[in-house]
Amino acid sequence: MGELLNAIAIAGKSALGFQAVFYALLAIGLNMHFGYTGLLNFGQIAFAMLGGFGIAVSVTNWGLPFWLGVVIGVAASVVLSLLLGLPTLRLRADYLAIVTIAAAEGLRLLFRSVSATPITNGTQGISAFNGGFVRLSPWDTNRRFRLLGTTWGGGELWVTAVGWLLVAIFCLLVWLLVRSPWGRVVKAIREDEDAVRALGKNVYAYKMQSLVLGGVIGAFGGMVYAVATGSANPDQYQNANTFLAYAVLILGGAARVLGPVVGAIVLLFILQFTDTGLRLLIDNGIIPEGLLSSTDVAQLRFVLVGIGLMLLLVFRPQGIFGDRREVMLDAR
Amino acid sequence: MTHAGNRLRRRDPGALTGIVGRSRSGPRRGYLVRMLLVAVFGLGLAMLVPGIAQAEGEQLAGTLQTSRSGPIPDVDITVETGDGDEVDSVSSDDQGHWEVDLPGPGQYVVTLDPDSLPDDVRLTGADTRTVTVDPGRRQPVNFSLDDGSRGAGGGNVKAIQLLVDGLRFGLLIAICAVGLSLIFGTTGLTNFAHGELVTIGAIIAWYINVQAGVPLILATVLAMVAGAAVGALSELGLWRPLRRRGTGLVAALVISIGLSLLLRYLIQIIYGGFSNPYGAYQSQRAVDYGLFTLTNRALASIVISLVVLVLVALMLQRTRIGKAMRAVSDNRDLAASSGINVNQVILVVWMMGGALAALGGVLLGLSDQVQWDMGFRLLLLMFAGVTLGGLGTAYGALVGSVIVGVFVQVSTLVIPSDVKYVGGLLLLIVILVIRPQGILGSRARIG
Repeated sequence: MGELLNAIAIAGKSALGFQAVFYALLAIGLNMHFGYTGLLNFGQIAFAMLGGFGIAVSVTNWGLPFWLGVVIGVAASVVLSLLLGLPTLRLRADYLAIVTIAAAEGLRLLFRSVSATPITNGTQGISAFNGGFVRLSPWDTNRRFRLLGTTWGGGELWVTAVGWLLVAIFCLLVWLLVRSPWGRVVKAIREDEDAVRALGKNVYAYKMQSLVLGGVIGAFGGMVYAVATGSANPDQYQNANTFLAYAVLILGGAARVLGPVVGAIVLLFILQFTDTGLRLLIDNGIIPEGLLSSTDVAQLRFVLVGIGLMLLLVFRPQGIFGDRREVMLDAR
Repeated sequence: MTHAGNRLRRRDPGALTGIVGRSRSGPRRGYLVRMLLVAVFGLGLAMLVPGIAQAEGEQLAGTLQTSRSGPIPDVDITVETGDGDEVDSVSSDDQGHWEVDLPGPGQYVVTLDPDSLPDDVRLTGADTRTVTVDPGRRQPVNFSLDDGSRGAGGGNVKAIQLLVDGLRFGLLIAICAVGLSLIFGTTGLTNFAHGELVTIGAIIAWYINVQAGVPLILATVLAMVAGAAVGALSELGLWRPLRRRGTGLVAALVISIGLSLLLRYLIQIIYGGFSNPYGAYQSQRAVDYGLFTLTNRALASIVISLVVLVLVALMLQRTRIGKAMRAVSDNRDLAASSGINVNQVILVVWMMGGALAALGGVLLGLSDQVQWDMGFRLLLLMFAGVTLGGLGTAYGALVGSVIVGVFVQVSTLVIPSDVKYVGGLLLLIVILVIRPQGILGSRARIG
């Protein structure tokens, strides 16, 4: 019983911690792309990687202040969305999908390659760049705080708090935007692009703005993750994370402002709980080692996400909160 | 497609085991390995079965050879302790072999005298190696040697070698991509799980070949049958019911991603994160064809791919089912109203796609070893090929894939080979800017 409570506490920490912030921000960006505009961005993790490395490289390699690193991360993600959007936004939806997933994978390979090692430190990654930010913490970074049965470091608490603040700001921004005339045009593009074009709107420009905005939100997600873990390594930014963010978005409900937030909390709780729970069962010998070893449990997370994505889209594409009519399920 | 880097790293230990001339490697790095003929050495056995024969004392040993010049005799090797005291100085024998008995475990510096090498062979790395010898261990020491027979003077030759390697790789991509393109053409589905069909084929063949000891060729045939079954199963069990429910294309696309994640990580759990070779055809020497060299298995891969692709083309062009496939691909409703059983055609397309992907997987595993995510890495290049050729056209997939394969290989002339996939993906973006419908595609499809 104590172990079960412990597993719930660990899952709860993950559902409220920086991991949830990371996926929530990725999913808020995707919500802008997929939920409101109908763009299939399958490379959201690339924006996050640029955000994280923007800070890491600026601070450690170029010796710039932390805040300039944030600006550089955002600028890099804007450049990436322009590069991806220019050729593909005029084409059918699945072209953007193919190009973004290819770009995400290509960028990751580039960042971990030998030639990029002088800048990104290759597969070793960069660490110790978050000191400047963690020092601002109002909580004592050397103390441990107990919250709901779990312990948090002061720095961890600080980064998480700022992360949730960012989530709140971006939710507010998205809420204001989608109620504005701009939001109505963007949603109309999702429903019928040709009709919007016939009304004289520049569909291409609106799509591009949406792509840039969602990408920047994703970049902030990557920054939170990099600062919270204190390291930036290209292999943290596997493309499977993009699809975890999609699962978060669809679970919470696409085209709902708070959908990604709820989705992130619920999904991370489920994933972490099964993770801890399964490890417990294996340690106690309830699941035989031959069937599933504790090293396999980490992979099981993505198996669950895969099953979850399939089941959601087949049986409940609107997720917890969504409105089925508002979820873009059919491309031209 | 992670880990091109990992993969290279993982292969490196192979270089130390002393299996000379095995071009692990494959397609991409193969030429490098062949040219920088690594002189590897020190009895592979000594490393694989440590301490069976030489348990009594520590030794350093190595064999100097390149695959063109053969063993190199009379090369002077000097061994010093970490402090600079000379332990012994020896020359390699007629087999290019040398060994030095050591006073005890510890750190040693091995120096090769470059002046004692034959005129046409030179060192490509440093002439000294610092090695740490564990107690009772026979430590192999290797030096990389270049036999100068090619490489230095031959920019053209290198380009031709890369072209041939690229052709092999491109044909392999084409085999896998034909199914992807036909599935897109007949159902409109962009199948992100197609890479997993490739992996499943390769892994089934690996289990049958290595675990059950069945010859690889028979194992490949069985894997193709299994691949067709997996294709049929996913059509009957998943995609047909979804079409009947009227699931939209975007929903189907995300479902295919879910399926891809599910399968990929299940495979990793079952098969593990290692890369394993097949049980046969691994230690082949490259055969010299004048302008380029090719291992027999690479040649077989090219021939098999060509034959299969010609058969597929003949089938599409001449047979009833092939014509039906093209008809459904062209206009599904019109095909249905002309009395073609669309669902049956789609089922056949899935089975064919599965079987071809399985074959492609085995060929890829033969050159690159079998890995849990090999298919996903290939998937992005398949997309590049299919898009270049024209999404949904069978012949476009062939042409596009071959171009992508060749481009990826030849690009290593100018860019480092660990980022060559990035070149392929950049090509994809450039194509979309210049000619989004692809080489053989029609304007109407691109939206």
